Amino acid sequence: MSQNAIRFEHVDVIFGQNAPRAVSMLDQGQGRDAILDKTGCLVAVHDASVFVNEGEILVLMGLSGSGKSSLLRCVNGLNTVTRGKVIVHDGNREVDVARCEPETLRRLRRNRISMVFQQFGLMPWLTVRDNIGFGLDVRGMDRAERDRIVEEKIKLVRLDKFADKFSHELSGGMQQRVGLARAFATEADILLMDEPFSALDPLIREHLQDELIELQQKLKKTIVFVSHDLDEALKIGSRIAIMESGRVVQFGVPEEIILNPVNDYVRQFVASMNPLTVLKGGTLMRPVADLAREPGGTTIQLDRAGKCRCQLDARGKPVNLIVNGKPGEMVPYATDLDLAKLPDHAMVCGTDRTPMRAAVTVRSQTKRPLVLLGDDGELLGVVGEHEIYRGMLRQSEYARVNGAQPM
Amino acid sequence: MEGLEQVITQHKIEIGRGAKVVVDWLTSNFEWLFDGITYGLRVPIEGTVDLLLAIPSLAFVGICAAIAFLLQRSWKLVAFVILGLLLILNLGLWKDMVETVVLILYATFVSLSIGIPIGIICSRRPWLYRLLSPILDMMQTIPTFVYLVPTLIFFGLGLVPGIIATVIFAVPAPIRLTYLGISQVPTALVEAGESFGCTRWQLLWRVKLPAALPTIMAGVNQCIMLSLSMVVIAALVGAGGLGRPVVRSLGQANVPLGVESGLAIVIVAIILDRLLKRRATQRAGAGQV
Ligand SMILES: Nc1ncnc2c1ncn2[C@@H]1O[C@H](COP(=O)(O)OP(=O)(O)OP(=O)(O)O)[C@@H](O)[C@H]1O
Ligand SMILES: [Mg+2]
Repeated sequence: MSQNAIRFEHVDVIFGQNAPRAVSMLDQGQGRDAILDKTGCLVAVHDASVFVNEGEILVLMGLSGSGKSSLLRCVNGLNTVTRGKVIVHDGNREVDVARCEPETLRRLRRNRISMVFQQFGLMPWLTVRDNIGFGLDVRGMDRAERDRIVEEKIKLVRLDKFADKFSHELSGGMQQRVGLARAFATEADILLMDEPFSALDPLIREHLQDELIELQQKLKKTIVFVSHDLDEALKIGSRIAIMESGRVVQFGVPEEIILNPVNDYVRQFVASMNPLTVLKGGTLMRPVADLAREPGGTTIQLDRAGKCRCQLDARGKPVNLIVNGKPGEMVPYATDLDLAKLPDHAMVCGTDRTPMRAAVTVRSQTKRPLVLLGDDGELLGVVGEHEIYRGMLRQSEYARVNGAQPM
Repeated sequence: MEGLEQVITQHKIEIGRGAKVVVDWLTSNFEWLFDGITYGLRVPIEGTVDLLLAIPSLAFVGICAAIAFLLQRSWKLVAFVILGLLLILNLGLWKDMVETVVLILYATFVSLSIGIPIGIICSRRPWLYRLLSPILDMMQTIPTFVYLVPTLIFFGLGLVPGIIATVIFAVPAPIRLTYLGISQVPTALVEAGESFGCTRWQLLWRVKLPAALPTIMAGVNQCIMLSLSMVVIAALVGAGGLGRPVVRSLGQANVPLGVESGLAIVIVAIILDRLLKRRATQRAGAGQV
């Protein structure tokens, strides 16, 4: 458990004067509407238990009013937790934000947790530079150190040329980059992001998502990200919690949510999604054990027609590759690989994390399946036409094992 | 019917006498305080007046023009300042003008140093504002002469009762606008401040006050204008300044003097107002969040 950076344990968030009464009504199993009528209290979050590990991105998803922001804002105490615990890992101890001293909370806010807001929340009277340094100034950091960090973060979000501008002189996308830099500047490991890209137009949004993913690979923050857009959630989330009127209805990794939605609410979210952008080759591949072998021989067929064949060495690595009757060659997959120029004895190989989308392009351009290799080069399986169809139908070994109905 | 009226008129409720008792009691028990205030205000004010009068008037005009340029970067305003002040000099109202400006600056200074903190406290405690609000209304609607009399008794004739009366009339503006400005700071900014671990003081200094600054400055401007509108009344109790020729012209039905001194007041008002207006470029940024 210790690697959990944040852990929500049975969190209730109730807005209104008469929270104790609302809590007892909740325990009697009464609904949100009944509680609102009788006590005037609004149950924004009920019994939420989710977690996020160090360096991961947890996405809170759901329709408007489902309680995403309310849950997120518990982490840095912008909302009070009515019941339950919000454990934040801090150094080598765990702090329950719901019950800690104001002093402790302030220390966490200054050093451990920072936040990016949907409407940016930049101070209009400060320049870009001073906005980025805001958290450091609050901390009372000395000038030279502060200037050094600010300069570094301005470069990180590529706003060097705009350092002395005011926020109203920047576009929305730039303003949010300032928001990001301000959050990064405190060097907090935990980043809370409440729909940070929703106020931006789609192109800029996509761009910033990519930037965030890129920055995340460098910085390895723990991020809790609120979104109402499944594409965004699946794109950046390592784990997704789907919320419906205050409850977490499903919590899992993106593939689990795509392949195995627990109820109609989640299924509706998922329905509009192209599964191939999320699913990974490893989930849908035909594993090596299921590949056809020549009767009595050691040769394995990598495709149905048997035009691609190989043998395995003692460690399971493919050897003696034959493609279209010639000695074959393995070419590692990369997004900028020019598939059209590959010779017809080449096979493209990836790992179990290679997205299904890659398998689709490889298959359509080379007419040969994508070969998946493990970390030590051992053959894991292949993704061919059949596996791609299964992906589109959201069927997999995984779904079958977990008893989900194919959609 | 008539009997009832007689009962009512014959048994007068002694509000006036009660007030006099209070005033008497205050005068006899707090004389030291009133004397202290009188002294504490008169010395710096007279000192400032003397200091400003010691500057050659043409040099003074030049300094004002420079300040106008530095604050507003507008040649139009600079021209207006120079011409306006020269006209006042020409009319022979220079000394009165300087006295008026000093009076206004001190009255504004006192109003702001009382009003802004009260406005800030009110923004933390809305009940206090609800309590204060009718009192503030009263301070601005009661005819000035009503509180001028006790003020005169406490402080005697001269500058100080003039300033006190001015402060009573002008202080509601900074209180109201400080309160308004701070309560209108967008929650998003306050939350951003909180999320970076601001203490209460930091939240006030680093977020709320800067965000409320345009509104607070509007309060400052209003405060100055309200003070200026008290110039004539201040002159009645012996405060000096441009109000004095106005009062004199009233007594003597002296139309030329009345017009000239009135014109001088208007010129001072316009100059002060334009000097303290936020520049157009500053305003563009202020509205956005
Ligand atoms: N400070 C508050 N006081 C009272 N009710 C609140 C408060 N904040 C949120 N709520 C209510 O709690 C419920 C959940 O709100 P929340 O902001 O968490 O939803 P959300 O999932 O973030 O929605 P959105 O996508 O619109 O941001 C809503 O019904 C909202 O009206
Ligand atoms: Mg929200």
